[in-house]
Amino acid sequence: MSADGAALGVRLREGDLSAAPATLNLLESTAAADREQAAMLLEELSPATLGGEARGHVVGVTGPPGAGKSMLLSALLKGWREAGDTVAMLAVDPSSRRSGGSLLGDRARIEFDPGDRGVFIRSTSAGERLGGLAWATRAAAHALAAAFDVVVIETVGVGQAETDVADVADTVVVVVQPGSGDVLQFLKSGIMEIPDMLVVTKADLGQIATRTARDVSVALGSLGSSSTRVLTISSLSPPKGVEELIAALQAHRSSGELGPRRLRARRANALADYAHEHGERGLRALGGRRAAERLLEEQDPMLDTAALLAALERSADARE
Amino acid sequence: MMRTYAGHSTAKASNELYRRNLQKGQTGLSVAFDLPTQTGYDPDEELAKGEVGKVGVPIAHRGDMEALMDGIPLGEMNTSMTINATAAWLLALYIVAAEQQDVSERSLQGTTQNDIIKEFLARGTYAFPPAASMRLIADMIAYTVEHVPKWNPINICSYHLQEAGATPVQEIAYAMSNAIAVLDAVRERLPSTAEEDGEGRMGEVFGRISFFVNAGVRFIEEHAKLRAMSILWEELGRERYGVQEERHLRFRYGVQVNSLGLTEAQPENNVQRIVLEALAVTLGRDARARAIQLPAWNEALGLPRPWDQQWSLRIQQVLAYETDVLEYPDIFEGSIVMDGLVVELLEGARAEMAVVAEHGGAVEAVPYMKGALVDSHRERIRRIESGELTVVGQNRFTESEDSPLTADAQGGILVVDPAVEAQQIEAVRRWRSQRDQRAVDAALTALADAASAEDAQQNLMLPTIAAARAGATTGEWAGTLRRVFGSYRAPTGVGEAAAVPADAELSQLREEVSRLQEKLGRRPKILVGKPGLDGHSNGAEQIAVRARDSGMDVVYEGIRLTPAQIAASALQEGVHVIGLSILSGSHRELIPAVIDALREAGVTAPVVVGGIIPEQDVAELERAGVAAVYTPKDFDLTRIMRDIVELVGADGAAVAATGSAANGSA
Repeated sequence: MSADGAALGVRLREGDLSAAPATLNLLESTAAADREQAAMLLEELSPATLGGEARGHVVGVTGPPGAGKSMLLSALLKGWREAGDTVAMLAVDPSSRRSGGSLLGDRARIEFDPGDRGVFIRSTSAGERLGGLAWATRAAAHALAAAFDVVVIETVGVGQAETDVADVADTVVVVVQPGSGDVLQFLKSGIMEIPDMLVVTKADLGQIATRTARDVSVALGSLGSSSTRVLTISSLSPPKGVEELIAALQAHRSSGELGPRRLRARRANALADYAHEHGERGLRALGGRRAAERLLEEQDPMLDTAALLAALERSADARE
Repeated sequence: MMRTYAGHSTAKASNELYRRNLQKGQTGLSVAFDLPTQTGYDPDEELAKGEVGKVGVPIAHRGDMEALMDGIPLGEMNTSMTINATAAWLLALYIVAAEQQDVSERSLQGTTQNDIIKEFLARGTYAFPPAASMRLIADMIAYTVEHVPKWNPINICSYHLQEAGATPVQEIAYAMSNAIAVLDAVRERLPSTAEEDGEGRMGEVFGRISFFVNAGVRFIEEHAKLRAMSILWEELGRERYGVQEERHLRFRYGVQVNSLGLTEAQPENNVQRIVLEALAVTLGRDARARAIQLPAWNEALGLPRPWDQQWSLRIQQVLAYETDVLEYPDIFEGSIVMDGLVVELLEGARAEMAVVAEHGGAVEAVPYMKGALVDSHRERIRRIESGELTVVGQNRFTESEDSPLTADAQGGILVVDPAVEAQQIEAVRRWRSQRDQRAVDAALTALADAASAEDAQQNLMLPTIAAARAGATTGEWAGTLRRVFGSYRAPTGVGEAAAVPADAELSQLREEVSRLQEKLGRRPKILVGKPGLDGHSNGAEQIAVRARDSGMDVVYEGIRLTPAQIAASALQEGVHVIGLSILSGSHRELIPAVIDALREAGVTAPVVVGGIIPEQDVAELERAGVAAVYTPKDFDLTRIMRDIVELVGADGAAVAATGSAANGSA
């Protein structure tokens, strides 16, 4: 028996945070009946139904293991809650290729008050989709943004991870620890996309942290990206620099870029879903990738990813 | 020196037990504290629920310490305290209790365990983050070297590393690396001494460091391990710290022999295991233990009774007074086999110490070492499961006559009166209401100031002793420092554990998990965690790793969870089953509390429990709603996973539906 997707969608739209667990159970399910209900849930939360973009700020936080993400997220969570913002966190961990299972350990490392109903934390395995975010995570971030003030997507790794996050999040934060030269190389060589914000942790290490921050800033400057903020955060208790980061995130949220960015992301996601579903042959049926992109740009900007995907499929059918 | 590790219920009851043990010929005390005392909580705090007086004695203030030591002459006693995160506090209480007996701190003798790195790695009763913990340890050592000169302020523990699965090489290497981290920290906090002092203060410090090691049943290799440790220790003293005097360079160690290898199945076999393990640390004089504690034969069943502990004491007495083991010089001198073993261990340990050093030392290498230990333990379990490693009575020779030893009503263990907790809560509240509150507040403020000062100049022992004298409680002392230092969660090591090679049984299980995934729509998801204060996480970690290797999604929550935390996690994570582990004997209180919290949150997923659960408690837990109970005799983890998969399969569809319904109506 499936949960009632439409009812969950309505509850989220009305700001009922307790709908979050059942929403995730539904969105993560691959059972056919659940997928139908999931589609109905998402329809209730499309820009068209909402009358605009979901109000929540979707923040992607990514970085290599050991960079201090958990410490940073604990501090951010505390800061947001003190400011009265409700927070949903989606922590994505890789799955074992051998067994398909996963160990979702990060929850234990994020401090939160279990009685606080304004916080929702969910760990998900990346599942079978190689190297990327689970479909469910994208849908969940979108759905939860209708009810929560902030939705965080946490992923591990640098390179592919933040590229994926960029197609979901309004603001992408890459976390590095002092002395991580690989991030610098990835940035310069273009393996890594340029994030909106770069946080250097363990600022208490002093010079080495300052130097890393400076090197990263120089590299970003030479790439012509002066808009990326570089911040340093101390990991000793109480962490210093978190307030500045929260303010910077807030500023990015209100910068006016959000609407166009979400629209771009919906289009990119629809195309990715289409390619995943129908492959190269499907793309050829649309006249190639460029043609598909043009087609998407002609659609109503209030359509959600599912509706855009349907538009592509209709067009492909019509051309055959 | 002969001791038994003892303490339970209340200070008064433990005092009576100590006096009886001393009459029986025991030559020192070994104090077991309960978990709230070890982790810095008062009996009336939420996390203390179910744990008060369970695995040791609750000591909440100087009044408790005075009652514990009542009538025991502290000037003559040698007291070992198994205390770590709160060691500075308990030593302060002991010093204040001695003052009451007109005994100067200068004449106090004993040991505080005080080894925090192994708490992060294996035992879990830490309270503060690593840097702050190391400062407390260094301050305490600096203080005792000057003011309590006969005290062993720290006992570097390799014991718990072996319990967590360490190989002999890992046990040596991690213990030595740990000692280096401590000594380096102390060196920084010692008042500087003039060059002409020769080896200077560091010699005294080095000479006060003792070790607490483990001895397993492979007793020849274990003896070689101790010889290797003593060689490495001397080398370290001379080369790294410039220690010159022989008496400072001696490797001094106490022993508790292995508990990991003690079995619940046919527990009487544990007696011969314990005897053989005791030989490892007594046979050769050049590496003989200075103090020995032997576990009781029934440790894997529950808390030992005084009679069980007496049996362990008698083992030592037979060894010391009937056999000729103590009459000869070192009997391994010139043994080619022994020397070869020692060289092999030394080479392995040096290589592993270099790896730890590359990580930046023991504190920085905690995640690395933890991962390595979880991995070694996983390998040990795999060998037992496959039969490569024989454990008599458990995976071989399992047929048995009925045992008269476990036939009594309580199954041959001690049961702590559940009324103790309520009494202690009442007692600590009375204590708080009767003391000079202004003096306590002032003392705690001074402590907070000293702890938070930017320059960290002041030795924290001074305000700690002042707070003890003023009548502050254990929870207040630790709470003050937690507010300054922040709280901390140690790495779990499970993420780094290598996947177990899939045998036929595991491959088949993975297929079942895949089928279940199709039925559920989602991959089966399990929450694993430990309610209460018990930090022995080895079992829970192995369950988490094997669940992953079976193909499940595993939310590993780690240790020290309240029922509310478990319920919130289970709800938010949408898990299909919940696995709880408890070894401290608090399952009768905590498990029903967790189940209540879960059901209140609308989570209907089944709950399974693992740990040291006496057989007579199983039915009660099942009545409380537990679906299955696993104890140490259930060593086959894949079989446990199979049970869990079946449980979820039977329950799954229903759970998914009611779970949604419950959430839907919230």
